[in-house]
Amino acid sequence: MMWLTWRQFRAQGIVAAALAVALGVVLLITGLNLAHLNSDSGVATCHGARACATAANAFINQLPGTGSVPVFFGTIAVIYLAPALMGIFWGAPLVARELETGTFRLAWNQSVSRARWLVVKLGVVGLAAMATAGLLSLFLGWWESPIFRAAALAGSDSAAVTRISPQLFGAQGIAPIGYAAFAFALGVTAGALIRRTIPAMAVTLAAFGLVQAAWPLWIRSHLITPLREYFAITPANVNELAIINNTQMIVRHDVEKPGAWVVSDQTVSPSGHLFSGPPTHACLSANASPNACNASIAALHLRALISYEPASRFWPLQWTETGIFVVLAMALAAFCAWRIGKRRLA
Amino acid sequence: MIEFHLDTRSGVSPYLQLIHQVRQALRLGLLSEGDQLPTVKDVVARLAINPNTVLKAYRELEYEGLVAARAGVGTFVTRSLADGSLAAHGPLRAELGQWLGRARAAGLDDESIDALFQDTFRTTVPGQPSPAPARRQQT
Amino acid sequence: MTAVLESSGLGKRYRQRWALRDCTLSVPSGHVVGLVGPNGAGKTTLLSLAVGLLQPTTGSVEIAGDRPASSSAQLAKVGFVAQDTPTYSGLSVADHLRLGRHMNPGWDAKLAERRISQLGLDPAQKAGKLSGGQRAQLALTLAIAKRPAVLILDEPIASLDPLARREFLQILMEVTAEQELSVVMSSHLVSDLERVCDYMIVLVASRVQVADEVDELLNTHRQVTGPRTDLSALPADWQVISASHTDRQSTMLVCTPVPVTDPAWTADPIGLEDLVLSYMSKAVRPSPDSSPALEAQR
Repeated sequence: MMWLTWRQFRAQGIVAAALAVALGVVLLITGLNLAHLNSDSGVATCHGARACATAANAFINQLPGTGSVPVFFGTIAVIYLAPALMGIFWGAPLVARELETGTFRLAWNQSVSRARWLVVKLGVVGLAAMATAGLLSLFLGWWESPIFRAAALAGSDSAAVTRISPQLFGAQGIAPIGYAAFAFALGVTAGALIRRTIPAMAVTLAAFGLVQAAWPLWIRSHLITPLREYFAITPANVNELAIINNTQMIVRHDVEKPGAWVVSDQTVSPSGHLFSGPPTHACLSANASPNACNASIAALHLRALISYEPASRFWPLQWTETGIFVVLAMALAAFCAWRIGKRRLA
Repeated sequence: MIEFHLDTRSGVSPYLQLIHQVRQALRLGLLSEGDQLPTVKDVVARLAINPNTVLKAYRELEYEGLVAARAGVGTFVTRSLADGSLAAHGPLRAELGQWLGRARAAGLDDESIDALFQDTFRTTVPGQPSPAPARRQQT
Repeated sequence: MTAVLESSGLGKRYRQRWALRDCTLSVPSGHVVGLVGPNGAGKTTLLSLAVGLLQPTTGSVEIAGDRPASSSAQLAKVGFVAQDTPTYSGLSVADHLRLGRHMNPGWDAKLAERRISQLGLDPAQKAGKLSGGQRAQLALTLAIAKRPAVLILDEPIASLDPLARREFLQILMEVTAEQELSVVMSSHLVSDLERVCDYMIVLVASRVQVADEVDELLNTHRQVTGPRTDLSALPADWQVISASHTDRQSTMLVCTPVPVTDPAWTADPIGLEDLVLSYMSKAVRPSPDSSPALEAQR
């Protein structure tokens, strides 16, 4: 059974390995260059917060010129795409192709039980998918580590690129492994239910895409209850002031939480309610002077309520999320095994 | 070793055809005592018939005392049906061949030859010459 | 003699339609069994139930003494070649043999290789590039090299040309003789089966019409002709399968355990193909003297 699984997976495995190696080579070459720049800039050996911040900023400012930015975002894109592709091309045809072409009538009448047939196929290809995703993430992790270390040292002066932000989180650490397992299991299930390869691929793409889009928006922030903090809003830290229809006023401030993922940022009045107006008289009047408007805003004693996940929660969130997706994958696999065992197929 | 053939349109069941062919071979001296009949496997591989058919035929021949099965080895002839008349077969066969040649040269087709033979065979009483034909075609 | 295929009240329903009903069989081992019936009669359903690809809606079935596909050892006892002989078109002939070797503990590699070379198949050839006859032979080789006790074949020669058909049957019979296999083979043509089968199951409209040894069938069925007679006036031990009447004469297919001695009747033996066809049309028109306006039921 192992032999057959490998033989049927051989072509796909080789393609994946080749692509991974190609990406690995690109990352290796650019990554070594990056490490070289990093050590040159003295970030590794600096002492004192200010010296380190200077060195770090110097390093970061060099980055656009090295072509690292497209490599970084390209790799992020690949890591996001990889689970979806594996779900579509490895997962959906796994059972569906056998049902569609009738070869299950050959495979299921050898001396191997259906359960064993499915478990070995799911296990081997599923683990391959997880390993591929994990490997790509490992490559990226090695490549980007100088950048994030520098970003941490550069403090608030740096561009706010953090590993925990929703755009990057899914392509970091072990999260891709969970996605790969889930996408693969989703593909296999779709194939087992729909019994046709192409429709199963389409459904897998749609379903997985939906989950990938919805998860960071609505679910991830609830995995660990975000921290809440109040900031006083003073005229000095207001960075947005808008009056709409003369009835609403939006006041927003600079959020300063380096390395954290700001889940929500709301302006609240002293009583704790969401503040959306009405505009102060001083700001509304035709000959409003900035000072009078600012003073009126200060008098409102508005505060910013931000809920955020600090950088330290990166790994707890990674483990939780990956764990959930792996459990979902196993539940789907168990459902597939039950469904195939039901013998409704001629 | 003899080879069997099957006529699916003759209406005679396959196992009877096999028995008939063995007896025929015994009569003609193609099979003699001690010769081995083709194995069941070889017969069915050539004719694509059920092995039980061949087994049934061989069992019937064994019951008649013509053959005997030796476990693990095969089925062997134990008795011949050829008698003293076997010696006459050669010259008779040659004469028959000449007659056939003359019949064909006279323009008879296979069906006519067969009809002529069957009619003469049926109406000839042993020991007497064949009677004159009942009717004669006026040409 | 033990039964190689036993079923009791076996039935399979798909939504509203019964594909197989009230199927009770006890097929003895050591035979080549023909399963014959028109398309849609339920042959594939019966065979799929027998090998465990389907689960019954009612009743039970046992093959080689056990429930189908109940264990790895049980799966090893049954060789199956499905309709249209599925093979992996991207795998070569040699790959298929490796598949058999890895997935069957009882695999006879020498037998498989000998058969492949006898057939003249190129081991490196992809199965998708083989002709229909070659694919059928490959599928048969896979089924027999695992040394099963019973071989189930679903219309294996339906789409083969006459030469490929003959070669398939030759090899099938050779292996049957060699390994003392029981074989259950389905077809919608009686002529395919007449040559090789010594047990016949006729399946029409999802029901078993007759199941018996061929010799027994041929001995007990007679084509009887005689003066026009009402069916109620016939001897009690005559079972009329089909009948047709003119104003003076009746012609009937009759099943009777004793020879026909009444001089009023002329009894002729009947060929297997005509016998099966009579059973097929009997199933379509339930009683012999019902009005001809009855439509065929499918």
